[in-house]
Amino acid sequence: MPAALINVPKKAKRGDVVEIKALMSHIMETGYRRTAAGDLVPRDIITSFTCRYNGAEIFRADFFPAIAANPFISFFTVAKESGKKEFEWIGDRGFSETASASITVE
Amino acid sequence: MPDLAPSTRRRFLGLAGSAAICGTVPSVTVRPAEATPAMLASAIRNVVGEAELHTGKVKLDIPPLVENGNTVPMTVSVTSPMTPDDHVKSIHVFNEKNPQPNIGNFYLGAQAGRAQVSTRIRLADSQKVVAVAQLSDGSFWSTSVDVVVTLAACTEEVL
Repeated sequence: MPAALINVPKKAKRGDVVEIKALMSHIMETGYRRTAAGDLVPRDIITSFTCRYNGAEIFRADFFPAIAANPFISFFTVAKESGKKEFEWIGDRGFSETASASITVE
Repeated sequence: MPDLAPSTRRRFLGLAGSAAICGTVPSVTVRPAEATPAMLASAIRNVVGEAELHTGKVKLDIPPLVENGNTVPMTVSVTSPMTPDDHVKSIHVFNEKNPQPNIGNFYLGAQAGRAQVSTRIRLADSQKVVAVAQLSDGSFWSTSVDVVVTLAACTEEVL
């Protein structure tokens, strides 16, 4: 079951640099492991993560199989205005999940 | 860094030949293909292009001794004022011995305020991890860290 954990400060002063943390539960199957029968387990990973702040992209990442299972990412942004941060994960086999969080800037 | 020169056709053929020889040796374990330092260099070249790769400005925080290669915390930070005129555009992380040389690409901008990214990675072996940052003026900066892994990420584990 896909489940996202997001940590965005609820409040911030205008101009503050705030940390954003996002975790998506996902197996991140590398495509290099084999079953007991010797067959390769097909790759199943999240390939892309995007964060938008009031519609504008502020952070984007490309993931490779070397990103650990349940990919966690932390980054920073300047709190410019109150609004919504939207997160999107896209991956193999049509994986697509979104989440959002609000921030109040004073 | 002389070993970051683009790999020549001759070197590539030499590597392919030695790989073929290895393939004929009967082996008990089935090992996945391993990235080589040449693949690391060419993956970095794909990002940097013909630009010069400087050393410095980038800091790669990763434990020097890792017990479990399946999840290794990693933080990359870059010394930058993060103003519209002078900021970090992207951070790229590479490894030497995983099956693929790439770990992740991270695209930020002046609005980030602080050029720092953390995530958790997999390491299949004790190896070198390289972080490259592209600045807004088009220059590239890098750093590398050697990591010792006692339990490798499970690329060879049988399910």
